[in-house]
Amino acid sequence: MSGILLLEQLLNSLQFGLMLFLLAAGLTLVFGIMDLINLAHGSLYMIGAYLVATIAAASGSFWIGLAGGVAASAVLGAVLECTVVRRLYQRDHLSQVLGTFALLLMANEGVRMIWGSQPLMMPMPAGLSGPVELLPGFSYPAYRLLIIGAGLAVALLLYVLVTRTRLGMQVRAGASNREMAQAMGADVRRLFTLLFAFGAALCAVAGGMLGPLLAVQVGMGESILILAFVVIVIGGIGSIRGALVGALLVGLVDTAGRTVVPMLFELLMGPAAADNAGPAVASILIYVLMAAVLFWKPRGLFPARG
Amino acid sequence: MAHSPQHESPGLLDHALRARSAVPLLVLLILLPFAALALDEGFYIGVASRILIFALAATSLNLILGFGGMVSFGHAAFVGMGAYTVGILMQSGIASAWIAWPAALLVGGLFAFVIGLVSLRTQGVYFIMITLAFAQMLFYLMVSLKQYGGEDGLPLATRSDPGLGLDLSDDVQFYFVVLAICAGVFVCLARLLNARFGHVLQAIRENETRMAALGFAVYRHKLIAFTLAGAIAGLAGALLANQSSFVSPSLLQWSQSGILLVMVILGGVGHLYGGLAGAAAFLLIEEIVSSYTIHWQFGLGALLLAVVLLAPNGLMSLVRRRGAP
Amino acid sequence: MHASLRFMTAAVAAASLSAGAAQAADAVKVGLLTTLSGPGAALGIDIRDGFELAVKQAGGTLGGLKADVIVADDQLSPDAAKQTADRLLKRDRVDFMTGIVFSNIMLAVGQPVFQSKTFYISANAGPSQYAGAQCNPYFFSASYQNDTMDEAAGKVVQDRGFKKVALIAPNYPAGKDHLAGFKRFYKGEIVMEDYTQLNQLDYGAELSKLRASQADAVFIFLPGGLGVNFIKQFVGAGLNQNMKLFAPGFSGDEDVIRAVGEPMLGLFNTSQWAHDMDNAANKRFVADFEKAYGRLPTMYASQGYDAARLIDGAVRKVNGNLKDKDALRKALESAPFESVRGAFRFDANHYPIQDYYLREVVKDAQGRVTNKLVGRVLENHADAYVGECKMPS
Repeated sequence: MSGILLLEQLLNSLQFGLMLFLLAAGLTLVFGIMDLINLAHGSLYMIGAYLVATIAAASGSFWIGLAGGVAASAVLGAVLECTVVRRLYQRDHLSQVLGTFALLLMANEGVRMIWGSQPLMMPMPAGLSGPVELLPGFSYPAYRLLIIGAGLAVALLLYVLVTRTRLGMQVRAGASNREMAQAMGADVRRLFTLLFAFGAALCAVAGGMLGPLLAVQVGMGESILILAFVVIVIGGIGSIRGALVGALLVGLVDTAGRTVVPMLFELLMGPAAADNAGPAVASILIYVLMAAVLFWKPRGLFPARG
Repeated sequence: MAHSPQHESPGLLDHALRARSAVPLLVLLILLPFAALALDEGFYIGVASRILIFALAATSLNLILGFGGMVSFGHAAFVGMGAYTVGILMQSGIASAWIAWPAALLVGGLFAFVIGLVSLRTQGVYFIMITLAFAQMLFYLMVSLKQYGGEDGLPLATRSDPGLGLDLSDDVQFYFVVLAICAGVFVCLARLLNARFGHVLQAIRENETRMAALGFAVYRHKLIAFTLAGAIAGLAGALLANQSSFVSPSLLQWSQSGILLVMVILGGVGHLYGGLAGAAAFLLIEEIVSSYTIHWQFGLGALLLAVVLLAPNGLMSLVRRRGAP
Repeated sequence: MHASLRFMTAAVAAASLSAGAAQAADAVKVGLLTTLSGPGAALGIDIRDGFELAVKQAGGTLGGLKADVIVADDQLSPDAAKQTADRLLKRDRVDFMTGIVFSNIMLAVGQPVFQSKTFYISANAGPSQYAGAQCNPYFFSASYQNDTMDEAAGKVVQDRGFKKVALIAPNYPAGKDHLAGFKRFYKGEIVMEDYTQLNQLDYGAELSKLRASQADAVFIFLPGGLGVNFIKQFVGAGLNQNMKLFAPGFSGDEDVIRAVGEPMLGLFNTSQWAHDMDNAANKRFVADFEKAYGRLPTMYASQGYDAARLIDGAVRKVNGNLKDKDALRKALESAPFESVRGAFRFDANHYPIQDYYLREVVKDAQGRVTNKLVGRVLENHADAYVGECKMPS
């Protein structure tokens, strides 16, 4: 296996992991601070992608689409929080599961009603649809590099926000001990709305950036939602640092599972068996990773509480 | 997970299967196929069978969720493995219901036992994620087994053969067999819940630490309940495989587990009829609304949301509020 | 007297209307089960639009009877498809079924359809199983057998002298059929053979392997949205500079072209039909389709259209007597309609014997990126499985 193949895989896993991080960050904050299991988080990702695609098509510019879609998603998130989600905080987790599942169904169908059931194709921003030569003999798609850049930028932004701002301090306080944070005077209602809206915005960034690469379609949030939950369990609920590490790990395992493992299988067992077992092992590997992490650190890698 | 004030668990002793509500229900269910045939809507007998089968699966989940306090996000895996047992046996030439259905029961129970052995050591959201993880692993396993159809699923040549002069390819006969099995299991579960085992289980749900301090074998009780629930789910899976004459890995997916959870929560967690009410409501709404519009999922979602916000303890809590003393 | 005579006439009329068996039906019900959501949605929508166009052209009838077309979504899930097919057969009691795009769905739905003695007219799916060992009198293909387009592509690649070929297809029955078909006619070296997931949209891993394989030609079977994503990512990775891309018709058709655009110029693809084919039925079809839907039809639309016209011709031939299954089957076998692809006849396994052509994606006179018919590759070509079929009567 050549070094170039390895490098390409590493970059692919970084790209996937960073996008997963954007989703996981919002999810872990909502779960950690508001104690809300949100099954509709994947729907925010889907709606975000649709909004970005629509605004980009209307304005003719990917960047305007991204900015507009993210802003619109944040507003939608805030509205959702004020109307429906707020009523679920006091309820037990089961009711939250039911309520957010209901939102998931409505989101899927709502999107289908507005945009139709055919996937939306999003063109890549002009000038970025070709490859970039990183090393002699090794080209990597420019757009994927952009995704990596964007993901790192957002991670940095989150770091600054959480560690250097008053808001971030309140968030960290809330994550480790909610009642105490409330007692110390944090305006919890406003904080929660802000957090939810921010989570929705992060989802929109991920959805919008992945849009040109994948397809923008109904139900695109479901598969990534499960991965996001795995990430936050691995990383530790309520911890953004944990979400980042967890997402990168999952990205690595997923990419390795789809490339390295089948090659290994082919070497050991021959192409027919590799064909059958390869994809299955790749998918199972992520859950094995989660089980392994929980076995060693039952509260995740960087637990925010206690 | 702390119980907030609005969520009241039903009392430990009021799950008696009252004849005055059970018998009319049973009579209604028995008369149903004849009514359908009279209206020349024989198709709906198949729908009714499907509802009963899901009610069985949801009730088995309610056993551990509602009565045992264990939130399992991987219950559909046991249903799926039971279904696959029937499918795989059929593919190998064994079509007898007397072999395949008990086998499905055993397979469901076995997988539940093994998964429960590991998962029940964890708590709270970690238990949810571990059960989810195991279910997903089984899902991907079945997808990878191409000799059993893999992702495309395994069609069944015929329905199981129960002998006794019965032909299950006749929808009416199949319905009555399903009804008999569901009613039988339901009665057994009701007795179990009112017996010592059931009381201990519910007490564990209420306060595990105290029960352990009192000297009860908490882990063992939970494992037994989990295994039993898995076995019943396996049986439901066998019936489901027969009803659709088709088995596919999608039966094991996390979204299916989610739907089972939703059915139980919708019907009423911890209520005896919770699984039945939830399954019936969910599938009937799906069937009725989908004939009016292809956007039925929106209506279903809206209804579920209304139930969450207005009937916090599920549909059965509404019934109880009106009827029971 | 008069009253009783009127009563008698009414009674006799009522009795004869309910007599049943030898009477003509008053409507023909068609269950159109196809993929209307997800990445394959464009294909199902085209089949539906093509079918409905034919019905509309005939004034809402098929074979002289009022046509009741029930459209349903299989959601690309064999599970959902089976349930929906059950409903169409048992509750709606359709006379014909059609529409399925993907072969794995076809194989899940086939048995109950045939067992209920309902005719299935395929507007796309053409699994090898139904062409060979599992051929069934109730199955008719108005499209093609899965391998044939790839056989044509294999012949083209072989004839043009490419030596190292990479193959990519999704991991399901049709995927394997398609690559097997290609290998039947291409005799050179195969440096890579990869099977992807049916819902996979990110081909980063496959493109890395492709680069490492150093193939000079790539043959892909990735229908609809899958092909769109692959081609975009293929060109995005710069691989199109060293490797020539070949595909069977569906990966080079109008839906993919609309989504990918100029990066697709130069793609070769093979099909049994092209929109610039020169016959009366096709000219009428393409013109009416563009007028009704504002876009050029794909081969899926042409197949949906032909399926409707086949049903129309057969129903007309039996004078609307849908109850006599034997007569209806013989009528279908005679293919009493004018196909948009020119001459059309059925083989013993109810799959068509037809010509296959090479198309290239070019810019036409109006500056549109579209397919151009280049030449004929295979003439009067039958599928490879007909020998295995022992059609039960």
